[in-house]
Amino acid sequence: MSKLYKFPGGIKLPGHKAISTSQPIHKAPIPDRLFVPLRQHIGSAAECIVEKGQRVLKGQMIGRVSDYVAAPVHAPSSGTVIDIQKFPAAHASSLPSDVIIIEPDGKDEWMQRQPIADITELDKSELRNMIRFAGIVGLGGAAFPTFIKLNPAGHQISKLILNGAECEPYISCDDMLMRERPHEIVDGAKIMRHALNAEQVIIAIEDNKPEAIAALDALADGYDWLLVQAIPVIYPTGGERQLIKVLTGKDVPSQGLPLDLGMVVSNVATAAAVHHAIDLQQPLISRIITVTGSGVRSPQNFEALIGTPMSDLIELAGGYTDDADRLVVGGPMMGITLKTDVTPVVKASNCLLVQTPADHAGEAIIRPCIRCGECVKVCPVKLLPQQLYWYSQAKYHDDLQSHNLFDCIECGCCTVVCPSHIPLVQYFRFGKSEIWKKQQETLKADRARERSEAKTLRLERIKAEKKAQHAARAKKTAAGAGRKKEIEAAVARTKAKKAGDAGSAENATDNA
Amino acid sequence: MEFSQQQHYSPQTPAQASVSRVMLNVILALIPGIAVYIHYFGWGVLVNIVLASLFALLAEGLVLAIRRRPVVTTLMDGSALLTGILLALALPSHTAWWVIAVGIIFAIIIAKQLYGGLGLNPFNPAMTGYVVLLISFPLEMTRWNPPLELAEQSMNLLEALRYSFTGSLPQRMDIDMISLATPLDLVRGRLDMGFNLSVIRSEYSIFSNLSGKGTELINIAFLAGGLWLLYRRLIDWRIPAALLLSMLLISAIFWLINPEFHLSPVFHMFAGATMLGAFFIATDPVTASTTPVGRLIFGAGCGLLIYIIRSWGGYPDGVAFAVLLMNLSAPLIDHFSQPRITGYRERKS
Repeated sequence: MSKLYKFPGGIKLPGHKAISTSQPIHKAPIPDRLFVPLRQHIGSAAECIVEKGQRVLKGQMIGRVSDYVAAPVHAPSSGTVIDIQKFPAAHASSLPSDVIIIEPDGKDEWMQRQPIADITELDKSELRNMIRFAGIVGLGGAAFPTFIKLNPAGHQISKLILNGAECEPYISCDDMLMRERPHEIVDGAKIMRHALNAEQVIIAIEDNKPEAIAALDALADGYDWLLVQAIPVIYPTGGERQLIKVLTGKDVPSQGLPLDLGMVVSNVATAAAVHHAIDLQQPLISRIITVTGSGVRSPQNFEALIGTPMSDLIELAGGYTDDADRLVVGGPMMGITLKTDVTPVVKASNCLLVQTPADHAGEAIIRPCIRCGECVKVCPVKLLPQQLYWYSQAKYHDDLQSHNLFDCIECGCCTVVCPSHIPLVQYFRFGKSEIWKKQQETLKADRARERSEAKTLRLERIKAEKKAQHAARAKKTAAGAGRKKEIEAAVARTKAKKAGDAGSAENATDNA
Repeated sequence: MEFSQQQHYSPQTPAQASVSRVMLNVILALIPGIAVYIHYFGWGVLVNIVLASLFALLAEGLVLAIRRRPVVTTLMDGSALLTGILLALALPSHTAWWVIAVGIIFAIIIAKQLYGGLGLNPFNPAMTGYVVLLISFPLEMTRWNPPLELAEQSMNLLEALRYSFTGSLPQRMDIDMISLATPLDLVRGRLDMGFNLSVIRSEYSIFSNLSGKGTELINIAFLAGGLWLLYRRLIDWRIPAALLLSMLLISAIFWLINPEFHLSPVFHMFAGATMLGAFFIATDPVTASTTPVGRLIFGAGCGLLIYIIRSWGGYPDGVAFAVLLMNLSAPLIDHFSQPRITGYRERKS
């Protein structure tokens, strides 16, 4: 155990974790239809490489990538592609995205795989490529392609931090994974450590998960580079920057990355997925998801295939209670509300929270900000939310930026403690998107202006060139005219010479 | 299953605190001070509080109705009630109803609602109302009755009510009995005449060990209420701590230089509206600074100004003016006291 630090602010929240940890992880059966979106990650969408009617095998790549920040998608089970269409995504906008719909044949037949004997013999960039083509993204919720994180890019990596904090209330998928499959995490850690050449791996777990800590501790004894660190329960200690602060006392620079401090943070479930991808040659086609909340009858964790409809999982968890009124993907603090449960599980889906009216009571009455400063006390970034709120309302974009709106991690602490129940984070998200939009427009306008100026310049240049050509030609013509005169003069002189004066005729010929 | 098509945004958690609850708790914390105040200065204090509260709710309700805002829901936030009570506590114990009404109209309608209502007023409404009264009706605002133990006669509840509405005193009393000076008044007046403090103290029976009879206990009771608010974390410690500390410091300096002509730090702590101001008035979040460092500066500024006004200003007590002057500076203080944000080396200004 090493010395721990504190990050500013944060709040203690009721955990509500025990309601979903009393049962072991259940393997959800293969659904009737699998809905696999082509965009499940940060970056550009994958490109569909299968056709309607084509048979696919389990683990077969069905969406490929060409851009760097992107991740391919794979068939979660064997079956037939029955359609490729737009479908509402598990995103705040609920905007439709391209989805490959597969009808499983029930055989669950794997593609051909060749497990690797010894990863240490692999070239590191080849290892990263394998992780890339296995479609591994961060499973903590942000879904950033993992192979990019595993590239030290010239930095000396002192610590690889595996995030098992799971600080959001209700979510317990990482807890259950750590309890039941700790060896998968440690095996994944070995691979990630190798890719990064990291000196040490720390698995950080909030101390409200004694079973998980014990399970990993038992394995960690065998490795001198592995440390299982219990950390105090405080939200949002599982945020990347907050976790680094707690473990090392260091602040990640505002515009920088943990890499700048020689650290990489990844979720424990991501480590397990890396283990599957490399040691077992299984791409990311399933994940553990918590189905919980007071609106579902039998809360528990499922290992579900990517593409399983959320409604199936709700059924498996005993169905909705009578007063269920809201469906949230993610936790109550940062999750997104869904308008329908006909939405598939994607790589980022860590939790499906079904709420009842009591879970969000008090939202309705919004009063004016009384500047009490409670939000300042809990902000883990030390922002001044009450000022940002003021500026967001007034759309003072310059002030928003000078008050560091873009350092806001949207953890929601300020909103939870606000006695006026102002949806502060929503104002900040809106402010950010407004500024982005404006920047995009400025950029576009700038480009248009540059293009227009370049065009004017080009036209002027062409005009000038033409003018110069004209002038040159005119000069040439003029010079030609001069020559004519000289010739005439010479002829005249010759005639004169014939008349007798030889000396002056010689001079005239020289001049010509 | 389909859910509400209305968009909801995270965090989606049950509400933890509410403005109404904060205001209600602040009012609860005032009760010990009010009780001691009534005990020493009579039923007039209660009459003032009841009238001011009623007027405040009426005035706020009226403007809300005109502005077509939800009247009952908004009144439930408790801010108008609190303003009424705070203004009442600043008044002499026997004040005519129309004086209270004028004060409330300024506090609620002009200082608060005309600026947009709760959260948008730049100046502390109760103190604005009080200062308007102090400047407009100096006679009515300086008629203090003596504390219970010095009073030959005092009014019962009915008599206090009648006096407030008709201005008529019970037959056994005359106006001199309710037009005394406060301890701070006395000290200022006599010091200006050239007397030193030991003489002034021996001349009058109004002084006590800490400050003035009654006054000291009222201050202690408000201090107790304030500490309870701190314990409940309903107010930030920075403003009261900085206010009291800066007052202690500056009064200690002058007192050490010449204890015969400058009141002791202890006297200042427990005289006038020190504790009420430190815990209940300067802490009004709407009009104070909101940054952590800004709150220290704001509190310290209030403390210094209170001392300066008490010692050299035109009025015996300075809490109201000090708070209003610092309200004026709050936006500037906030601008220059932004905290250093995580991940930045330098403080951004």
